[in-house]
Amino acid sequence: MNAPLQSCRHCGEPVTAMSPAAPDFCCAGCAGAYELLGEMGLTSYYNRRAIDPKVRALRPDEEEVANFDFTELASTDNEGHHHLNLMVDGIHCAACVWLIETLLQRNSAVLQARVNMTTRRLRLSWQGEVADIEDIIRPVMQMGYRLIPFDPAALEQATTSRNKELLRCLAVAGFAAGNVMLLSVSVWAGYFQGMGGATRDLFHWISALIALPAAAYAGLPFYRSAIGAIRNRRVNMDVPISLGVILALGMSLAQTIRGEPHAYFDSAITLLFFLLIGRYLDGRARGQARSAAEHLLSLNARSITVIEPDGTRRLIAPQKATPGMIVLAAAGERIGIDGTVIEGQSDIDTSIITGESIPVLTRPGTTVFAGTTNISAPLRIEVTATGGNTLLSEIVRLMENAEQGRARYVAIADRVAKAYAPVVHTLSLATFIGWWLIGGIGWQDALMNAIAVLIITCPCALALAVPVVQVIATGRLLRAGILVKSATALERLTKITGIIFDKTGTLTTGKPELVAQPPEDKLMLAASMAANSNHPLSRALVRAAGNVTPQVNVSEQAGLGLMMQGPAGPVRLGSRTFCDIAENADVPSDITGPELWLAEPGVAPTRFVFRDTMRSDAPDVIETLRKRGFDMTLLSGDRESTVRQLAQTLGIPNWQARMSPTDKANHIQTRSDDGKHDLMVGDGINDAPALAAAHASMSPATAAEISQNAADIVFQGDRLGAVIEAIDVARKADRLVRQNFALSFAYNVITIPLAVSGFVTPLFAAIAMSSSSLIVIANALRLHVKSGKPEGVDIKPATELSQQAGT
Amino acid sequence: MSNLLLLIPIALFLGLLGLGAFLWSLRSGQFDDMEGAANRILFDDDDVKPSGNSKKFHQDES
Repeated sequence: MNAPLQSCRHCGEPVTAMSPAAPDFCCAGCAGAYELLGEMGLTSYYNRRAIDPKVRALRPDEEEVANFDFTELASTDNEGHHHLNLMVDGIHCAACVWLIETLLQRNSAVLQARVNMTTRRLRLSWQGEVADIEDIIRPVMQMGYRLIPFDPAALEQATTSRNKELLRCLAVAGFAAGNVMLLSVSVWAGYFQGMGGATRDLFHWISALIALPAAAYAGLPFYRSAIGAIRNRRVNMDVPISLGVILALGMSLAQTIRGEPHAYFDSAITLLFFLLIGRYLDGRARGQARSAAEHLLSLNARSITVIEPDGTRRLIAPQKATPGMIVLAAAGERIGIDGTVIEGQSDIDTSIITGESIPVLTRPGTTVFAGTTNISAPLRIEVTATGGNTLLSEIVRLMENAEQGRARYVAIADRVAKAYAPVVHTLSLATFIGWWLIGGIGWQDALMNAIAVLIITCPCALALAVPVVQVIATGRLLRAGILVKSATALERLTKITGIIFDKTGTLTTGKPELVAQPPEDKLMLAASMAANSNHPLSRALVRAAGNVTPQVNVSEQAGLGLMMQGPAGPVRLGSRTFCDIAENADVPSDITGPELWLAEPGVAPTRFVFRDTMRSDAPDVIETLRKRGFDMTLLSGDRESTVRQLAQTLGIPNWQARMSPTDKANHIQTRSDDGKHDLMVGDGINDAPALAAAHASMSPATAAEISQNAADIVFQGDRLGAVIEAIDVARKADRLVRQNFALSFAYNVITIPLAVSGFVTPLFAAIAMSSSSLIVIANALRLHVKSGKPEGVDIKPATELSQQAGT
Repeated sequence: MSNLLLLIPIALFLGLLGLGAFLWSLRSGQFDDMEGAANRILFDDDDVKPSGNSKKFHQDES
């Protein structure tokens, strides 16, 4: 490949000599966008923006514009104003937000346009006709942003409202903690400076007045969860927390009424405040990962084109299709429904359903399934199944069966709580009985000491041990494009001993690449013709050739190929039939796969064969994982020869071909019945049951929607190395969680004897609690520090011991 | 002693005022887009044509 000439003025991508708008722009779309901004006087955008290499470049030509029915999800209020929520793809920085909002507000019909930069969503309100929306958003699309309408009600409502509730509780607890602490510090200072009893009692009363209602409200998330756990006859961390808070407040109130010197209002409310911080951050980190995952999924969403009996075309959402409708699937488009082909001949990439890497030839009468991709020519498909009859809903049923095992997993924090709560409660009871019956003091003083035990052991550090580490681990992975969706995913990831890979789309890229180098001059000629086409095979040719200049007088014949008038006659690039090559022509090699032919007058035709190739870092990743001793398996629905070849190239000892979705899930089930914990990495619809059955699961962001939903972790980008990264971070997080537990226990070992012997004062409790929490947080922050050690030195598969702990 | 009777209510009142302001801003959606809010302050408004019809707008809860 030649070095790029320079960066495109609009999208910043390298401009190659093949560009029609060289040297300033990479494509005509970018040139148009630049011109449009110039006309509107918004070129300051280019000075303000910062291009984020992780975000899709703003190339208007890359995607077909307007493939949605934007009016469908628009709502109209009684003032006649329309509102629509859209996902925006391609936001690089704040300047993009500014540009989108400004472009929209220039239109006088627009009442309000506001981009949420965190969630990358746009809320648009306009007046006039609903159908005007397409004109309104066209300038934004011309810039290269993709806009996808979505229904906010269908997305993550529960998470958002839960996080808002936590934030409200946090605010109330923070206010109360601050004010109560102010009063408490005065009381503590009063111990030494001789504060009068009346003043102290007044301060206690005011503290009670603030702390009691605040704790009643801010503690709700904990009380609810504790009651839920007790109803199910389980114990979680929230049970000792709730009990500790309620008893501490109750006792302090009693002390205040009796005019005694010690009250623990500050400890109780500060405890809630600290815990809510951990809870909120934890929820927010996962909310961000989830919203990023949802964003990715929505980008894959497509409308389907329905052809009405009168011949008009209409875009509708796939779920609105009814049997008997005729749907048009363009070349390169993902098919949205299950149906039968009634017109057209094409190749269908079924890898997402079967794992088969070679496209299947489709003729009228062939059944096609939602999720497959139509490669070469447009097809008309009659919808045969909808709702519960589709292949997809069959897979969903399989998945639900497989998922049950995972639901039984108990998080480490809850396992600790289960052991911890009875010990603490017994200890407290023993303190009470000991002081009262043996120690010979009054029952009220004995109760004081018993509750002091509960407060001092109150699991502040213990309850923060897991969430703080989780927040940092999830955030670190999020920045690397790895989205952790499930709360226990990282814990489960540390237990795995085996890794099961899917082939197509997981170990391989799922994109066709040219194999078997053809003669250079033929390749250049073919690529220069192909540069005019958006067909996946044409793009693969251009990629293989590198820097080519597109031919000018090329015409595309949909579904057949490209034709160009050469000096000696027509030059054709396309399918076998298009190039007049006999169906059984001699094929020079045994390589099978989608193919293109190049036919020049008077010259023997050249064949270009394409194949799905490995992800570039797959060999390294497999090698590293094998060195660490993971037991790896390749399960594919593809044919045996292809699977064997890949398994041998990568050095994966166990492989099985022609696996159905049920086979894959059963394979994992059998292994887990033997006590093995597997990580499943897959992307196809056929992998979804297996992803749900495995102990932990990952899928690439290019995976089918259902697989991304089934997977615990979704990773973006072309690198399979995300698997190692996720395992590394999970292991490190697990180590820190264990250290945090050790620290909390060490703290308890020191303070419990003091509490049992009755030496604890509120001041002492406050200092001990804050310091232990700070130590735990500081320890968790070490996850930010990347270790200088070479990868994998200290990381081996989970031992038998930790496996037992996991069951 | 009497200054306490004045100072404590003042402290509580100010605290409650802050709490109320926070809860209000939370409800009105000011915490929905922290990243955007941090960046919006840097936008220049001079080249945005005043559209006149931009009403007060809250990111609604939907």
